[in-house]
Amino acid sequence: MEKTSIKKSSLSISENGLEKKKLSGRLEVLKTYKIYIGGQFPRTESGRYYIPTNAAGKKLANVCLSSRKDFRDAVVAARGAVSGWSGRAAFNRSQILYRMAEMLEGRKAQFIDELMQQDASKAKAEKEVNLAIDRLIYYAGWCDKFQQLFSSVNPVASSHFNFSVPEPMGVVAIIAPQNDSLLGLVSVIAPVIAGGNTCVVLASETKPLCSVTFAEVLNSSDLPGAVVNILTGKPSELASWFVDHMDVNATIYCENNSEVQKMMREKSAQNLKRIFFYDKVKWETGEGQSPYFIMDCQEIKTTWHPIENIASAGGGY
Amino acid sequence: MPGLKSIVTLPDFSLSPRIDQVGVEERASRFTKRSIKKESKMNGLKLVLNMIDLTTLEGKDTDGKVKQLCYKAMHPHDALPGVPTVAAVCVYPSMVKVAKKALGDSGIKVASVSTAFPSGQAPKDVKIRDTKFAVSEGADEIDMVISRGKFHAGEYNFVFDEIAAIKEACGDARLKVILETGELGTFDKVRRASDIAMHAGADFIKTSTGKIQPAATMPVTLVMLEAIRDFYYKTGKMIGMKPAGGISKSKLALHYLVMVKEVLGEDWLSNEWFRFGASSLANDVLMQMVKEKTGSYQAANYFSVD
Repeated sequence: MEKTSIKKSSLSISENGLEKKKLSGRLEVLKTYKIYIGGQFPRTESGRYYIPTNAAGKKLANVCLSSRKDFRDAVVAARGAVSGWSGRAAFNRSQILYRMAEMLEGRKAQFIDELMQQDASKAKAEKEVNLAIDRLIYYAGWCDKFQQLFSSVNPVASSHFNFSVPEPMGVVAIIAPQNDSLLGLVSVIAPVIAGGNTCVVLASETKPLCSVTFAEVLNSSDLPGAVVNILTGKPSELASWFVDHMDVNATIYCENNSEVQKMMREKSAQNLKRIFFYDKVKWETGEGQSPYFIMDCQEIKTTWHPIENIASAGGGY
Repeated sequence: MPGLKSIVTLPDFSLSPRIDQVGVEERASRFTKRSIKKESKMNGLKLVLNMIDLTTLEGKDTDGKVKQLCYKAMHPHDALPGVPTVAAVCVYPSMVKVAKKALGDSGIKVASVSTAFPSGQAPKDVKIRDTKFAVSEGADEIDMVISRGKFHAGEYNFVFDEIAAIKEACGDARLKVILETGELGTFDKVRRASDIAMHAGADFIKTSTGKIQPAATMPVTLVMLEAIRDFYYKTGKMIGMKPAGGISKSKLALHYLVMVKEVLGEDWLSNEWFRFGASSLANDVLMQMVKEKTGSYQAANYFSVD
C-alpha cells in the first residue's frame, strides 16, 4: 500500500515537468495557480479548474477555470481603481511600470522555467522574458510623454484657449494573445495601464503559467491592487461577457477568429465600447510596441477655456 | 390586590435574555447560503425596492435635493416597466414639507427623523417639539433616536419614558425607534434596548442612524428580529423592523429578506413591517433588475445619480 502511494507521487512530480530526482523522502511543494482580482489571489468562485498540457502531453498544473462571475467581480474591482490610478501623476505611473520591470528581471529564472515547460526552447524563452522586461521599460518611458505628443492647442476664432488632450477610457477588458504567453500579455497590459486605464485580462488558455506568476510580480511592484486583474480560463466561454458588460469601456482581442470578432463587434454596440483586434501583431518585433497602443484606449477631450480679449480692451503686454 | 393583576406589568429590562454571540453570528451567516435565482430573484428585488426608505440626511440638504430624491422615489427607473416605487422618503424635519408636497398623492410616505437626530443629546421638551413639528408638517412616520448615554448609565426608565412621550407626540404617525446599535456595543444591550423600545410603544425598531459605524449588520438585525418574535408571542402585537446603513448591495438585501422570512414569517414581508434604510441600495437593485432582463451586467453611469 505504502509502495504504490510513493510511486504515484513520484509520477506526479515528473508529470509536472519539474526536476526529476530520486525521491529523497520529500515531496515537492507545487504552486497553486490562482487568479488575481483586486490585488488578491482568490480561487475562481465557480470552483472549476482545468489542466493544460504541453506538446509532449505533460500536465502543467491545475488552473482556475474562471466564470463570468469572476469576470464580474474583476470589473467591479477594476472600476473602483480607475479614479485612483488615472489620478496618479503620469510620472508616478512611469515609476511603477519601471518597478514592474525590475521585479520581472529579478524573477527571470522562474519565467524562463515556466516558458520551457510550455514548449519553448531555452534560447527562445530567455529572449521572450528579456523582451517582456524591455517592453515594460519602453512603456514606462512613455507614461508621461505621450500626452504632449498627442495633445494639441487648436486655432479657434473666438476668445477661447482651446486644447485637446488624451484621457484614459476607464476599464479595459483584454483577451491576451494565446501564443506569446508572457510577452503578449505584457505587451497588451502595459500600454493600457500606462495611459491610466485599469484592466481585466484573460490569460492564454493553453499557456497560463506565466500569467499567474506575472500577477505575483504586479503584486510586489507598487502597482495598486485592482489596476490589473488577471483571470485564467477559456476565451470561448468568456468572450461574450467581455463585450456584453456595460461597465467595460473598451475590449482588446488578440486572436484571428472571425466569428468571435463579429460577435464582439455586434455586442459592443450596446454601450458603444471600443473594440480592438490585435490579431496580426508580431509581438516579438518592433511593431509590438508603439505609443499608438496607448492611444487606442485614450479618448480625446477638448476644452474651451474663455480668455480675456486683452488686445481689444486696449491693454497689451 | 386583585385589581393589579389585570394591569400589564412591565418586565424588568435588566433581565432581558442574554444573547449567544457565536450562535447568532453563525445563524446569520447561514441565511446567506440560500440560492435565489431568476424569477424568485426578480420578485425579491421588486420587494426590496418597495421596502426602501430612500434617505437623505445631510447638513447640506437643500429643497432641490429633496425634490430630486422624491422624484427618484416615484420614478426609480422609467426605462424599466413594472418597477414599484420605494416605501418612503426619509428626511430631516425641516424638509418634510418639501417632500410631502413633492410626493403628492403618490402613496409614498414621508418619514422624518427627530429627537435631535443623530445624537439625541437634547432636553426632552426639545425632542417633543421637534417631533410635533415634523408631524405638523405632514410626516407620516417619525424616526427617533434613543438616549444611548442614559441607556449605558442603566437609566432604563428614562429611556422608556422618553420613547413613550415621543410616541404620544407622534399622534397617528408611526414611530420608528433607532437604537444605534453601533454605540450599544453588545448583543445583550441590543436585545435589552429592543425590549424597552417595543414595550414603550415603538411601531418599528431600527438599527442605526447611518452616521455611526458599524451600522446595520445581519447578526444585529437577527437579534432584533428575535426580540420582535418574542414580543409578538408574548403580546400578539406585530412590530416592524428597519435595518439602516451599510446595506448597499441587492444580494445582501435578499439575504435580509430570507432572514425575515425564516425568523418572523411571511406576514412581515411587506413594507408595512419591514424597511431598508438606504440610499445607494435602490440603484443596485435597479441594476440587478436590468441585468436579469437584458442579460448583461450593468454600469452605474447609466442610472440616476442621487
